[in-house]
Amino acid sequence: MTPNWIWVLFKVYEIINEISTFVEIKNKEYIMSVLVYTESEQGKFKKVALEVASYAKAVANQLGTTVTAVTINASDASVLGNYGVDKVLNVTNAQLDAFNAKAYADVVKQAAEKEGAKVVIVSSSADSKYLAPLLAVGLHAGYATNVVEAPSSTSPFTVKRTAFTNKAFNMTTINTDVKLVAVSNNSFGLVENSGSASAEDFAPAIPEFGVHVQSVDKASDKVSIADAEIVVSAGRGLKGPENWGMIEELAEVLGAATACSKPVSDLGWRPHSEHVGQTGKPVASNLYIAIGISGAIQHLAGINASKVKVVINTDPEAPFFKAADYGVVGDAFEVVPALIEKLKAFKAQQ
Amino acid sequence: MKILVCISHVPDTTSKINFTEGDTKFDTNGVQFVINPNDEFGLTRAMWFKEKQGASVTVVNVGGPETEPTLRKALAIGADEAIRINTEATDGFAVAKQLSKVIQDGGYDLVIAGRESIDYNGGMVPGMIAGLTNANFVNNCISLEIEGTNATATREIDGGKETVTTSLPLVIGGQKGLVEESDLRIPNMRGIMMARKKPLQVVEPVATEAETSSVKFEKPVPKGAVTLVAPDNLDELVNLLHNEAKVI
Repeated sequence: MTPNWIWVLFKVYEIINEISTFVEIKNKEYIMSVLVYTESEQGKFKKVALEVASYAKAVANQLGTTVTAVTINASDASVLGNYGVDKVLNVTNAQLDAFNAKAYADVVKQAAEKEGAKVVIVSSSADSKYLAPLLAVGLHAGYATNVVEAPSSTSPFTVKRTAFTNKAFNMTTINTDVKLVAVSNNSFGLVENSGSASAEDFAPAIPEFGVHVQSVDKASDKVSIADAEIVVSAGRGLKGPENWGMIEELAEVLGAATACSKPVSDLGWRPHSEHVGQTGKPVASNLYIAIGISGAIQHLAGINASKVKVVINTDPEAPFFKAADYGVVGDAFEVVPALIEKLKAFKAQQ
Repeated sequence: MKILVCISHVPDTTSKINFTEGDTKFDTNGVQFVINPNDEFGLTRAMWFKEKQGASVTVVNVGGPETEPTLRKALAIGADEAIRINTEATDGFAVAKQLSKVIQDGGYDLVIAGRESIDYNGGMVPGMIAGLTNANFVNNCISLEIEGTNATATREIDGGKETVTTSLPLVIGGQKGLVEESDLRIPNMRGIMMARKKPLQVVEPVATEAETSSVKFEKPVPKGAVTLVAPDNLDELVNLLHNEAKVI
């Protein structure tokens, strides 16, 4: 009898071993998830959050793994399931009501470590580009910015990014164990996925802030240049700040953000925050409409990442016509009001 | 106050961008190099600190001997001394690691870097050096005042701006607004003569790992000619934007 008992015990031991190996494999797969930081504003996801979620899903598909999103004070994260997120870590903490790069970077770092994420995805919003370098240092992650496509290969991990201010692309490999990718706004687009995300509360440690917000000066009713799919921009051709009414109206009809050229902001006709170009804000919209802007190389450098460009200018020799997809040679004071009427009629039909 | 201004040596905006060695290297042939525009605003702001509050201003660059004229230009503008870290700038992390060593050795209170360089557009070096040296960090900085060890800064955010307070040691990612374009200084003859005598120290790099590597460059597909629409035919423009470009 004794040898039989030993044999049974041995078999049981073998089975337990097999099960634990299987669980280990499952865990390993699970902890390889792609982590995405989906940012929100006053509880609502920014459009870029849904775009980076879509991107994360594409990367996860390539790696054969799942997507975990981390949110900070977002009111309802269920929408993320529609963009491929499998699991959401919800952080709710009144200390984090105002953005703080160091604290937010630390929260995302702790989420990445909890999930054992090997790839971390962020957007190219001002806030994400502020926190990401701190996150890269914290995670010892190689970091690629301005990434415009899903990885062309995952081993080596290779991405396409813009360089030389949109005058070239650079194929870059990330060599570290953990990889950090900042996706260029409006480059990947939103990809819907029918799915639902499980949710979990996550309470990370909050570090010392170091930097404290005193006041925020922001027009809350306007579309920001970074979030906008369409940007309406005007230059010195408008002759004076009193003529911006039609620019704002055109932007409103299109649901667009307003922007301006450098001379216009230097003259004080429009606030600095509207200045786009090499030394101003970068623009990567789907549609960029330039009105009365000649198209100096510094201006074009900052807006070239936009997909479709329209120029309206009286001067057919303006350099912008060489950079644009569509052009109207004409007086902005006649063309813009007429275009507003046409667009209103078009929108009414839709 | 000890200020360190990080200077990137970059091709002028108007440069033709070409690549050599099977599209793996930037072609510097015939290219004019300048101080990175975002760094130049910071350098001028540093000069104001020096003139109004008293400060020493050191400029630093990571690069080979060919980048020295750019450092000499910064000296001619008014920096007191220059440091060149003698290695090729391979990626953002490597540059940040080299700079962090210089920052720790020199005990700088304020480090001013540009929010991004106009060549590789990484936009990561200022934040990484803040992370590596454990300093406070303000990115997209458009104004900065310092009193004692306290700093008040304004940062550009999406759709507006935000005022923050912090303390030294501090790293900023600076841009236009720190000073205006009209405030930028062109070196005069006296400055150029003096710059020749100012110290330019060459330091050897520390060991670092290549976290990322550039594989190759590509140029965008050349754009087709513009489609012109007559000003009295704007229905056609709406039609093209809707049906052809599919953006409205």
